[in-house]
Amino acid sequence: MSLDLILRVGTKLILPFILLFALYVQFHGDYGPGGGFQAGVIAAGTIILYAITFGIRAAQRVVPRIVAERMVPLGILIFAGTGAVAMLLGGNFLDYSVLAHDPVHGHEWGIFLVEFGVLVTVAGTMLSLFYAFVERGR
Amino acid sequence: MTLLIFVTIGIIQQRRLFAVVILAGAYSFLMASVMLVLDAVDVALTEASVGAGISTVVLLATLHLTKTIEIHSLRPTAIPLLLSIVVGMLIVWGTLGLPPFGTADSPIHAHVAPRYLSQSIAETGVPNVVTAVLADYRGFDTLGEVTVIFTAGIGVMLLLRGLRRRDEGRSGAEQ
Repeated sequence: MSLDLILRVGTKLILPFILLFALYVQFHGDYGPGGGFQAGVIAAGTIILYAITFGIRAAQRVVPRIVAERMVPLGILIFAGTGAVAMLLGGNFLDYSVLAHDPVHGHEWGIFLVEFGVLVTVAGTMLSLFYAFVERGR
Repeated sequence: MTLLIFVTIGIIQQRRLFAVVILAGAYSFLMASVMLVLDAVDVALTEASVGAGISTVVLLATLHLTKTIEIHSLRPTAIPLLLSIVVGMLIVWGTLGLPPFGTADSPIHAHVAPRYLSQSIAETGVPNVVTAVLADYRGFDTLGEVTVIFTAGIGVMLLLRGLRRRDEGRSGAEQ
């Protein structure tokens, strides 16, 4: 795919910052606006932008289709697994108080893990959808 | 808000679907601004990333698979129009029963919200109340939401992929 030079260079310039913003939205979601859902969408958007500019092959070298599809159930497993671990440690399902030495710390950990699960599922789903559409269009 | 109305009229008038998709993205950005004005920053961020970002991409990908000109409807549109007007009026009628906008003693502020606001830092150590409510107090709901995304995702994937595989099988049989 040969597109405009400006588009290619501009995309290359802007991509790391979008990805960084996704990470910021993810890990700063405890303090400012954001969380797993928004971060997942932004991270998937990074790869989609890459795919639009440089072609689907290049994007699938970065994130292969199988990885994107595995991410979809993996995120739910992380989410539900956090709940199950809390159960194993003697609490209720998704009761984060038992995850660390004191309840407040446990809640921070629980929220972090759950948000990570949301990120993985959302990013995986959006990316797999995009791949499915593009491959169908061929 | 005035821009929102203009964009909506544009979406209705426009028959080229490409323009409709772009206008829908603009609509999402305007909605995000409205959410921002209402101090709902989390919702605004979601609206901007999902509504304006991913939806536009997915709709454009759909246009890539289909035609980009909207055809005129073959069936009479009177009954659907009547139905949507009636439903719309029912919804407006329903909103009349809501408490006035911004009142402090409406039911939604009297139940668990004060506890969330006053206790969430002490109980979860997370300053953003929205995150605390979503991931902690309402963890079950969020797990359900993620499951909805999962189900919708694999549904669409199966639809697109399954059709493709059948096509391949058919062309293989013809060869």
